Amino acid sequence: MFVRISAAIAALSLLGSPALAQGAKLTDPQIAHIAYTAGVIDIAAAKQAISKASNKDVKAFAQDMVRDHEAVNKQALDLVKKLKVTPEDNDTSKALSKQASDKLVELDKLDGVAFDKAYVANEVAFHKAVNGALETQLIPSANNAELKSLLQTGLKIFQGHQQHAEHVAAELK
Amino acid sequence: MMSGRLFSIAIALVFAAMVVPAHAATIEITMENLEISPADVSAKVGDTINWINKDVFAHTATARNGDFDVTLPPKKSATSVLKKAGTIDYYCRYHPNMKATLKIEP
Repeated sequence: MFVRISAAIAALSLLGSPALAQGAKLTDPQIAHIAYTAGVIDIAAAKQAISKASNKDVKAFAQDMVRDHEAVNKQALDLVKKLKVTPEDNDTSKALSKQASDKLVELDKLDGVAFDKAYVANEVAFHKAVNGALETQLIPSANNAELKSLLQTGLKIFQGHQQHAEHVAAELK
Repeated sequence: MMSGRLFSIAIALVFAAMVVPAHAATIEITMENLEISPADVSAKVGDTINWINKDVFAHTATARNGDFDVTLPPKKSATSVLKKAGTIDYYCRYHPNMKATLKIEP
């Protein structure tokens, strides 16, 4: 099930690459953009699952993802507005978006149990990758205290999602 | 026409009938920033738990043994009366990393 690692995860691991580490340190507007993009990606994946999933727990999980990620992203938008920061697009965000849209196409070809399993497996892997990026790159790089605190809340929420997804995945076996 | 005195006695009796047993307490358990606090609570059968969700996210208080499953929409609270004794581990179904324990004495 976990053999195929989503390309989006590869993009997140770019965050830890030497090229980036040596190059420019991520700025707050870039960090905000990456975090927001990750949320948008998960909402799009969830909406696909709400219309395609056959298992009711998978559908319910997808609905939880839409609800939580919309709530987090609303907080993020409120914060950048308050801080008068404009999120800045960057290579990591671009790679994430590109690869996520490829994943949507790939999952769209699947149906029934095959879709359910692939979606949930990708959710586990995607949240794991996002959590890793938050812990090792985004949170430590964030300058503004409020942004850092929102990312920390995001990390706790997404760790919850990861556990929830792992639970749903185990039930599907 | 009821005299003033009789009227107040009548009112007092009405209220007396509504009063919960003296030992029953209301205990607040708050969910904020993905944390349940206090995480360890001792209560008695008959006590009321006032669940308060301060987050913008929905949470649940779900007993692992199935005794209760309270859904808390964002920024809402709910109450439940404890009916059975026992030590109950509970968690949030949406965020299973939120975990706590409720010890209910008879």
